[in-house]
Amino acid sequence: MGLPDDYRLMARIRRFEERLAALKDDGEIPGSIHLCNGQEAIPVGACRALRDGDHVTATYRGHGWAVARGVDMVGLFAEMMGRDSALCGGRAASPYLSDPSRWFVGENSIVGAGVPVAAGAALTAQRTGSGAVSLVSIGDGAMNQGNVHEGINLAAVLDLPLVLVVENNVYSEMSRIEDMVRVRQLAERAAGYGIPGRVVDGNDADAVAEAVTEAVTRAREGAGPSIVEAMTERLVGHYSGDVQHYRPAGEIAAARGREPLARIRQAADPALTARLDAIDAEVAAEVEAAVTAARAVPFPDPATAKEHVHV
Amino acid sequence: MSESLRYIQAVNAALTWALDSRDDTVYFGEDVALPGGPFGATKGLHKRFGSARIFDTPISETGFLGMALGAAMTGLRPIAEIMYADFSFVAMDQFVNQISTIHYSSNGRWRAPLVIRMQQGYSPGACAQHSHSPEAYFAHTPGLRVALPATPDDAYQMLRTAVISDDPVVVAEARMLYPTRGPVRTDAPVEPVGGARVVRPGDDVTVVAWSRMVGAALDAAGELAEEGIEAEVIDLRWLNPLDFDTVAASVARTGRLVVAHEANLTGGFGAEIAARAAAECFADLRAPVARVATPDVPMPAAPALQAAVVPEAADVVAAVRRTVRP
Ligand SMILES: Cc1ncc(C[n+]2csc(CCOP(=O)(O)OP(=O)(O)O)c2C)c(N)n1
Repeated sequence: MGLPDDYRLMARIRRFEERLAALKDDGEIPGSIHLCNGQEAIPVGACRALRDGDHVTATYRGHGWAVARGVDMVGLFAEMMGRDSALCGGRAASPYLSDPSRWFVGENSIVGAGVPVAAGAALTAQRTGSGAVSLVSIGDGAMNQGNVHEGINLAAVLDLPLVLVVENNVYSEMSRIEDMVRVRQLAERAAGYGIPGRVVDGNDADAVAEAVTEAVTRAREGAGPSIVEAMTERLVGHYSGDVQHYRPAGEIAAARGREPLARIRQAADPALTARLDAIDAEVAAEVEAAVTAARAVPFPDPATAKEHVHV
Repeated sequence: MSESLRYIQAVNAALTWALDSRDDTVYFGEDVALPGGPFGATKGLHKRFGSARIFDTPISETGFLGMALGAAMTGLRPIAEIMYADFSFVAMDQFVNQISTIHYSSNGRWRAPLVIRMQQGYSPGACAQHSHSPEAYFAHTPGLRVALPATPDDAYQMLRTAVISDDPVVVAEARMLYPTRGPVRTDAPVEPVGGARVVRPGDDVTVVAWSRMVGAALDAAGELAEEGIEAEVIDLRWLNPLDFDTVAASVARTGRLVVAHEANLTGGFGAEIAARAAAECFADLRAPVARVATPDVPMPAAPALQAAVVPEAADVVAAVRRTVRP
């Protein structure tokens, strides 16, 4: 994939999240949402290493993964608007949505809980010989959760085709990661599980793609799991409504100079800039059309509220 | 002295009181110190008491609840915060196998004077993993005291009681109550553990509720009064110790009982109240005990679906009508 393709996908995620934030401000979205602005290069780079049939498990900050995996945007908007979406019918909302048709095992709003689940998808792949891998994304703070330890260790001893991507955006909610761990890099912990661990620039989709491809290849070959730690920064609050009083002055402004979309633009020549502008306009129109279509999705029928507790 | 405070401010005042009045009190959890708490419950406490008394933990509920237990056993009085009650499930071993059992299993030689503070229940748009009302799990576990304050004053009084208690206490607040304002008796003596309260007298039917459903029960009682039905509303406040005497005394007069909670119906604590009533108030009951609860579904996120399942005053009114005029 070339630069404009990556840019288009990252712009799609960015625009999607910006539009969500606006819908939230307008009262069209109930509940809180967790946006991934600034972190787009990670799902985009990582998904380049995946193929159809590979499962992806994410967190409540997982809209970028959903979009990168090709989950339908109309469904995503409708689900978050509390409408009767084709994804989860208004049952899941922003932090817990999933889409089996895109092998999107989905989000999880219990921090770290996705790792053992992803190990399970990897077990299926191993036992059925499907050749698929299971990729799970978590945050830096989640590395301290018991589920994560148990999930990675299981994957390691069973040589499961699992790739753990740690999106290190410096904060676990409102607390700095440096106050939460004593290792310099979280990937150092891989040694404790006897598996490879790498640190990459998470604002560079190519670097992410290269590292995840290495981990995916290893997993497909039956050599077991790996950890890829992607360094990045959040350009927005932890959740909608977070005033970010805990962030030092100037931090976000500085991050804006390093974020993945701006970075591509900084490097670009004028011809490419014009092309990127055109992509932005196309993406904006595409996202707006999805919002319009989502608004036409009805709200769920209250009479169905008790459906699907059991099969 | 009585101050008008929001529920969340009453929590803050009780924590200030606890850290102020006992040097052995420590407070920890995720985002509680420097950030001041995800809901602002611990605002200003870190500045005032410093990192030795109040500190942020990594996201590790099992780890920090186990740490609370060990610290409590050896001389500190920890208060640990679980951000959303839902996250207590990742640490259920600590609640069920560790914290609740040590006093008993050591034949009373160890004590675990710790408090686990959390908030629970639904809110618009929150998904199933952020909307549980797990009080019955805790009340099912012998050794845990369980407190569910329904008003700002009780948020203050019951949390202080929990802090003073030598038993482990789970204090579960309702997130939806945080903005509510009311008088708080900031100079009242610390109450003993336990005790239900009649919050509205009435002769026709007893409505037992706790947490957010107390307000719904009071609204229902107001509506029912207009049609000539006088409901006595009891705020149960503590599920352990359970003050069933207050319930039984009321049922002896009214002959009718409705139990209302937000947690799911099956195996909810309402079933315990109904069973106790069947066992101890059989002769007084003139109608079957009715329960109001969320039906047995995981909480949906869309408000349209939530409204169809979350119990409100109208559900209490309907249950009372069924009970009084079958
Ligand atoms: C088991 C559990 N504990 C606590 C929380 C509350 N919580 C939600 S997000 C979050 C921070 C997670 O930080 P990190 O893993 O770094 O991911 P990020 O939000 O930065 O993407 C916390 C503590 C939770 N959802 N689940």
